[in-house]
Amino acid sequence: MAKGTLYNKIWDAHSVATLPTGQTQLFIGLHLVHEVTSPQAFDMLRERNLKVAYPDRTFATVDHIVPTSTHERPFIDGEAEQMMNAIEVNTRNFGIDFFNFESGRQGVVHIIGPELGLTQPGMTIACGDSHTSTHGAFGTLAFGIGTSQVRDVLASQCLAMDTMKVRRIEVNGKLGVGVTPKDVILYIINRLGVKGGIGYAYEYAGEVFDSMSMEGRMTVCNMSIEGGARAGYVNPDQTTFDYLAGREYCPKGTEWDKAVARWKAFASDSGAEYDDVVRFNAADIQPMVTWGVTPGQSVGIGESLPDPSRVSDDGERKSMELAYRHMKLSPGRRMEETRIDVAFIGSCTNGRISDLRAAAEVVRGRKVASGVKAFVVPGSMQVRKQAIEEGLDKVFAEAGFEWREAGCSMCLAMNPDKLKGDQVSASSSNRNFIGRQGSPTGRTLLMSPAMVAAAATVGHVVDIRQLTAQPSKGAHHV
Amino acid sequence: MSRITRIEGRAVSVVGDDIDTDRIIPARYLKEITFSKMGEYPFFDERFNPDGSRKDHPFNKPENQGAAILIGNSNFGCGSSREHAPQALYRWGIKAVVAESFAEIFAGNSTMIGMPTVLAAKADVERLQKLSIEKPATLFTLDLAALVITAGDLSVKITMPEGRRRALVDGIWDSTTLLLANAEKVKQTAAGLPSISNGVHR
Repeated sequence: MAKGTLYNKIWDAHSVATLPTGQTQLFIGLHLVHEVTSPQAFDMLRERNLKVAYPDRTFATVDHIVPTSTHERPFIDGEAEQMMNAIEVNTRNFGIDFFNFESGRQGVVHIIGPELGLTQPGMTIACGDSHTSTHGAFGTLAFGIGTSQVRDVLASQCLAMDTMKVRRIEVNGKLGVGVTPKDVILYIINRLGVKGGIGYAYEYAGEVFDSMSMEGRMTVCNMSIEGGARAGYVNPDQTTFDYLAGREYCPKGTEWDKAVARWKAFASDSGAEYDDVVRFNAADIQPMVTWGVTPGQSVGIGESLPDPSRVSDDGERKSMELAYRHMKLSPGRRMEETRIDVAFIGSCTNGRISDLRAAAEVVRGRKVASGVKAFVVPGSMQVRKQAIEEGLDKVFAEAGFEWREAGCSMCLAMNPDKLKGDQVSASSSNRNFIGRQGSPTGRTLLMSPAMVAAAATVGHVVDIRQLTAQPSKGAHHV
Repeated sequence: MSRITRIEGRAVSVVGDDIDTDRIIPARYLKEITFSKMGEYPFFDERFNPDGSRKDHPFNKPENQGAAILIGNSNFGCGSSREHAPQALYRWGIKAVVAESFAEIFAGNSTMIGMPTVLAAKADVERLQKLSIEKPATLFTLDLAALVITAGDLSVKITMPEGRRRALVDGIWDSTTLLLANAEKVKQTAAGLPSISNGVHR
């Protein structure tokens, strides 16, 4: 059992009682709500004549179903409009703050939480969304829940929880040029497997995470769930505090100093004990691309696709064979030169301003290849505004990218953004599951935003390091 | 809430590791604001072509209609937190799932709706799957108190995280009621934690 870790300290600070089942009643410091997993939960409250116990710890937005071509109401999709109406009515009836379009603060729930400073170190955070692990970047214990659990948190601000184990994942050394946080987490998932994290919270540590930006840490923590870990976190440090300083919901003045002192104490002790520790070298990580139908089925851009006949585990072998059939790829080849039809930049994984900047840097002075549909979906209205202020929208537009409104978009295709037929997408999102991007035969290649941008400009998967070694027309050189 | 100790019925096997929740229920059905129709959708895109014609899938086979126990492999239910996935299976008729391992959110969501997710060793899961595929009329009995599945000549040990198992066996899986019983203690815990405010309202 882990001892002295951030996980232990947060768990202890939020433990209310031991339930008759033997599980822990865990208080949830921040409950984030979105339109898809909440309407049934609010209905369950009505059936039981219950109120929201802590509306001041509950915040809602709308992201999954939002059309990104225009936020104009009513939405053309009647079901989406109905879902929007439901969250408007529910937040109004139950007294919950709702970050809607008019607020100027709407966006993907895991982007706006940190952006508004709602996400603060030492918190427990729950949301009816598996990518809630994102918030762990701030030294929180944050995890996804289902709708009946959303009901529990609304009704009691608590969850019935089983304890977790803690695995410390150290990545030391320095990342190479063109290697991004997305590549780091895809590499970790590839090495530890998509089920390696079941039962664990992942603690990301070591030189690579120490020197990583908050937005990079969010990308890494976001995909913990793709490695089977319901939660993942980075211990809070000066980078964390610098990001949060001055954010809307963060403490100010003398309260700020007190908060920082309190937050620091949540970091894992130097002598903390872990259930498991694994170490990787940064130098071993290349730009990564998925080739299969789980986020663990990936290769470094310079590597050949694996041969299923060499895999001893029959379950894994069959998964690989299924992936090859679906993806219409074959072992031995490399991902470079794989033709793409769609390039998607956005999502809770990579829809932040630094992601847009990285992508813009690649496309500046280049053009989207003919036959490729490329689009950029900022993760929030505030990210979008910032990008426009920096002129990134023009960079993308000049290159032939569509510039969209904030939402989840083609990450999960609950909105008009969908693949058609067996199109191949280069996607900065988090899941390459069969059918994930809206077409049962669609094919998704996960990669970093810069790699997506690069693929968009040449029409096929390309090693970002080789592309950017060649100057583009009109590129800025410093 | 009812005690859930024993589930009897025929079994349907969905073979393969990492069966994700997008495969169990495509996201487009999540736009419905109630769970009432979810029973129509499990594995929809694996069961039906875009033109509506049927594909070869265990949930489409006549002999598997009415099955109560689903047998999967490892990392069953990975991916999104959508409770729609266990709701779809449950409303189709599944009352318990057996697998080598489960994604945690899926397993938690299943418990919340009174559908046990129990673990068995890989070899045992494969034996159960073989039996269910070769002799689909076989009656399976899952005993959550004795932690065993019996079917034909097979008797297989199962496990389940103890908290979730007790919730079901003792009939206390309505977690809202349990949590609300400690409302005073919740207040005390909350009082020791910082509040969240932008200093403008509330």
